[in-house]
Amino acid sequence: MSEIFGIPVAVILGQLTLGLVNGSFYALLSLGLAVIFGLMGVVNFAHGAFYTLGAFAALLGLQYFGINYWAALLLAPLAVGIVGIIVERLFLRHLYRLDPLYGLLLTFGLALIVEGSLHQVFGASGESYPVPDSLAGVLNLHFMFLPLYRAWVIVASVVVCFGTWFVIERTSLGATLRAATENAPLLQAFGVNVPILKAATYGGGVALAALAGVLASPVVLVNSHMGTSLVIVVFAVVVIGGMGSILGAIVTGLALGVIEGFTKVIYPEASNIVVFIIMALVLMIRPAGLFGKE
Amino acid sequence: MNFRTLGAATLAVFLAVMTQRPALAAGDEVVIGDLDDMSGVYADVMGAGGIESIKMAIADFGGTVLGKKITLLTADHQNKPDIGASKFREWADQNGLNMLLGGSNTGVNIAMEKVGAVKKVPLFHIGPGGASLTNEDCTAYSIHYVYDTTSLANGTATAIVNSGAKTWFYLTADYAFGTQLQSAASKVVEAHGGKNVGAVRVPLGTADFSSFLLQAQGSGAQVLGLANAGTDFSNSLKAANEFGVTKTMKPAALLAFISDIHSLGLKTAQGLYLTTAWYWDLNPETRAFAKRYFAKMNREPTMDQAGAYSATLTYLKAVKAVGTTDSDKVMAELKKMKISDMFTRSGYIRADGAMIHDMYVMQVKSPQESKYSWDYYKLVKTMNGEEAFGPITGLCPLAPKK
Repeated sequence: MSEIFGIPVAVILGQLTLGLVNGSFYALLSLGLAVIFGLMGVVNFAHGAFYTLGAFAALLGLQYFGINYWAALLLAPLAVGIVGIIVERLFLRHLYRLDPLYGLLLTFGLALIVEGSLHQVFGASGESYPVPDSLAGVLNLHFMFLPLYRAWVIVASVVVCFGTWFVIERTSLGATLRAATENAPLLQAFGVNVPILKAATYGGGVALAALAGVLASPVVLVNSHMGTSLVIVVFAVVVIGGMGSILGAIVTGLALGVIEGFTKVIYPEASNIVVFIIMALVLMIRPAGLFGKE
Repeated sequence: MNFRTLGAATLAVFLAVMTQRPALAAGDEVVIGDLDDMSGVYADVMGAGGIESIKMAIADFGGTVLGKKITLLTADHQNKPDIGASKFREWADQNGLNMLLGGSNTGVNIAMEKVGAVKKVPLFHIGPGGASLTNEDCTAYSIHYVYDTTSLANGTATAIVNSGAKTWFYLTADYAFGTQLQSAASKVVEAHGGKNVGAVRVPLGTADFSSFLLQAQGSGAQVLGLANAGTDFSNSLKAANEFGVTKTMKPAALLAFISDIHSLGLKTAQGLYLTTAWYWDLNPETRAFAKRYFAKMNREPTMDQAGAYSATLTYLKAVKAVGTTDSDKVMAELKKMKISDMFTRSGYIRADGAMIHDMYVMQVKSPQESKYSWDYYKLVKTMNGEEAFGPITGLCPLAPKK
């Protein structure tokens, strides 16, 4: 077996694949954050909590209503999206005129409340969500055995990510959304209901987080703090990609998953800080992020 | 800021600090503190359930000792050594703390132990694994109550090596507990003619273990030694199943709690060997305690929660026996007395602070073998205290090697 820098090629390919799986989650989550920040100017610290809520919605739906995985994939983001819209209508919309810091504080507080309540009710150790039978197998990639479910995660998230990018950057709906950030009063003068548009944007953004939560639930234990550590990494991804840049969030998410994967082979102890080291470097060299506009 | 406002601010802060001090006439109550992880990865192992079992012990003791009311302080150390140490110091200085228990995190417990030694407050370590707490890090005021890395490794590693699986690869939580657990297991493996092939150190709280499992699989070892705990343990075993690692390697839980097995489900956890200090379904006494606990918490207690109950009772019995809360006298009594309750029938505290008691090697039942809810373990072997905890090493100055 040939080697690169003393590491067998099979290992490198294996880690590349696993990195893509993690990168898929980063991409989906940072995409939602980027959409919310880019179109609304809200730094949504509750993103991790919505991700956790998505996973819990799937778990409880299965336990109490027998809702299967495929239905949960649709219903959980829908339910969480509606919660998001309620949050926007009740709280967030009052803060648009103020400094973005207020939105950050509000969403941070919301995250603490949601995670604290889940912890209170379900405890810390969490529960297992079974892998759906149709995705239970293992793929033989010759350099490694990849559980079919993980392959599905990559495919699903790449499709959703680029679908979202296409809607926002290439359709008239997306153009209207972007116009709402550029000049809301003018858009309103054209007869577009901007407040509803903003509520829907926030709902859509957190629904993406919930979708990531449902996708993650068969992979990790569903517990109250599953989103806490993840959201910090995802913020770093968004900062590296450029705040508000949608393509930046997707590409950086996938790339950082892969870089993290390699760190796990070369120097595992650093695998949970490598993203932040890159963030610091990017902030020094390109403060607006890799894909951000200066 | 001019000098006048600076002065006023200083005065205000001073007054605020002074008025915060509780009006405490020293010694009109006996204060027990529980500092633990209440919100993080170990919160189900002790956490709120631990508080409940301490309360049960206080109530069972009658709520008073030496005619003084027993009060309980609790706080979350968030797995941060600085928070644990400063809270302990605050309680000792301001609240008249008489005894502290808890921890669940070797790193935090080492930091707290230093405070206990300075403030002369007995500290019952519940939940941290690191055997260094009764060796190079030992103090005159600390007691390691439930288990340590030595006894865990002696149980699980011995059972697995003797079953014929000789080569080991470790997934190790990258902090004091994980590394101590790995080195303890490595010694046991070598002593029984096995071989340690490799290890990978994983940051605490990692969600995705697949990379590390691939490395383990690539090592060709027969045993996957999981030198981690709590959510880390559950997530690594879950991923090991998913990637088919458990088909080629035998997983060994060097520390697993019944709460972990409950989270994972028997389908994933079946066949796993683990070592525990206590199990709810061992005998009539353990079942009686578990039943009372279950009525309050709707879960079966972990060995830590049962241990916290026992440690509280043991401390209160010692205080009653010597008729004072004076730490030196209580510690002397603790190291003399026999401990016999639903946690252990024949425990005693050694000079180095280790509580020596039976440990049980268990194997997780298959879903077919499990007859009722929480029926998870079958007993493989009971190790007596001396066998489990091994001889005094001499690393602790309090206990010279014989």
